[in-house]
Amino acid sequence: MSAHSDTPSLSRENTELRDDSLWQKLPAIGLVLTVGGLGGAVATGRDDLGHFWHAYLTAFMFALALGLGGLFFVIILHLTRAGWGVALRRLAEHLAFSVPFVALFGLAVVFFGAHDLFEWTHPGVVEGDEILSKKAGYLNETGMRIRYFVYLAVWSVLVFTFWKWSRDQDRASDPSQLTHRMRAFSAPALALFALSLTFAAFDMLMALDPHWFSTIFGVYYFTGAALTVHAVLCLVAYSLLRGGHLSGVVTREHFHDLGKYMFGFTIFWTYIAFSQYFLIWYADIPEETFWFSYRGHGEWLYLSLALVVLRFLLPWFLLLRRPIKRMPGLLCWAAALIVFTEFLDIYWLVQPAHAHHAAAAAHAADNHHLAHWYETVIPFNEVDMLALVGFLGVVAMMFGISMKGRPLVPINDPRLAESVHFQNF
Amino acid sequence: MSSQKKRIYGLLAEYETPAEVYHACEQVRDAGYRFWDSHTPFPVHNLDKAMGLKQSPVPWLVFVGGMFGVAIGLGTQAYVSGVDYPIIYAGKPYIPWQSFVPVTFESGVLVASFCALFGMLGLNGLPRLHHPVFNSERFRRATDDRFFIAVEARDPNYGPQTRRLLESTGAASVEELER
Repeated sequence: MSAHSDTPSLSRENTELRDDSLWQKLPAIGLVLTVGGLGGAVATGRDDLGHFWHAYLTAFMFALALGLGGLFFVIILHLTRAGWGVALRRLAEHLAFSVPFVALFGLAVVFFGAHDLFEWTHPGVVEGDEILSKKAGYLNETGMRIRYFVYLAVWSVLVFTFWKWSRDQDRASDPSQLTHRMRAFSAPALALFALSLTFAAFDMLMALDPHWFSTIFGVYYFTGAALTVHAVLCLVAYSLLRGGHLSGVVTREHFHDLGKYMFGFTIFWTYIAFSQYFLIWYADIPEETFWFSYRGHGEWLYLSLALVVLRFLLPWFLLLRRPIKRMPGLLCWAAALIVFTEFLDIYWLVQPAHAHHAAAAAHAADNHHLAHWYETVIPFNEVDMLALVGFLGVVAMMFGISMKGRPLVPINDPRLAESVHFQNF
Repeated sequence: MSSQKKRIYGLLAEYETPAEVYHACEQVRDAGYRFWDSHTPFPVHNLDKAMGLKQSPVPWLVFVGGMFGVAIGLGTQAYVSGVDYPIIYAGKPYIPWQSFVPVTFESGVLVASFCALFGMLGLNGLPRLHHPVFNSERFRRATDDRFFIAVEARDPNYGPQTRRLLESTGAASVEELER
């Protein structure tokens, strides 16, 4: 029905964090996890810098995807003038708020880790390699550093602009003016977002194997971010609801829509992942197929198959039916699976490249036993775990800091009531 | 030939606002009627709940159809290139599942969408060329600014009390529909 003038659920107690809430301690918890995780990773990973930097890069790109997903969610809501998700937008803004800070940790990759991660940063390797010397115009350390600062600047501008305007709107006398401004900004923001994310994925992930290339690679990384943000929002909104916040504001209908997006992006991920694999398999050119070949040997094959099962088949069947999407408690299991497989996916992108190169180096040093170990064993250990904990801590900390002193929903957004009351047919 | 009673389709009640038809639907639903329907010029939120409609079985048709399409698509390709006329091309195996994926996907989507469309039409009793509600002059406004409930005479609860029920829900008019 159309008359929704009064909205009792938008009272202060319901839309602001209570003082005794555990969410208030999120910055401190995040800080402990960051220091403990990253400190532990450095302490345990000192002996094997190659392993350490790949673990660091994996966790970094995973954490970055969480924040970039939040930024994508915010941009799309503004750009499409979507009403349904306004009640969730603030949570996505908190998530996006982590991007510039997580990206600062990427400077370590660019300045300190590059030699252990990217073979093309060694002039000796590039000189003796025709393909790498032809690509040196793009794949060189100076270029990478300049590009990384551009990404950092673009992400900071996008994130802080939306974050600040949305915060201003909470107290604005004319909130619709800021809504128009954010919508106008969202169009160039989307283009900047797409370009920066695509090239960052090229630089940080695809360049791990500089002989290989895939034009769809940026979309592949984007898909993971877009899929995961809906899962994270589902988990965060559900735990806020369980903690007694936002009741009647974030409803079954929002979870239903988040579920639909998770389902849709699950299929989109499969489509992109298969397209990348299919064209390379079909053309069967060695300079492209080797990338999949070493992911199909030893334990790496099981990881690849696990991705197909856990990131496509299982969520597809889990999310297919309407009743499950309308039961937030059940939907959260699917959401947790999606977040977990996002990490698995990034691990699958980064780590086999390291194993492949380490195996090649071991072969060259006539240590075939070690080479065999690298080719067949997944070397996941406490360093990977600690790095992951550390970067999750950074996201949690920035999420918590962004939450402080702000309502849990864009309280003055003209379309908030529409979002609170909307229903799926 | 047929008796007077048999030529009656049912009762048609007219309402002026979505709120009125919504609450009227709730009352008709609560009175236990089964053979009735509502007609509105635009989708009224939650009218399906006010009418007590159950979830449609179309999703199950779509799922079964989709899986059938997948099986047909995969099976045909595997049979043709693996059994009926095995031939090696591009150095691939006889049954390269990778190259079967696009056609399997397409045939799955094709049969699933056929099931969605024709399942929906079939369950709605469509296509049909005429419906007794069109015998009412007033019903023309169902595509403009009026809201209707039609209760069929074949409903076991149908009787003189039906007219009283509809009139008590605030109907602007109640008329008997001929078949």
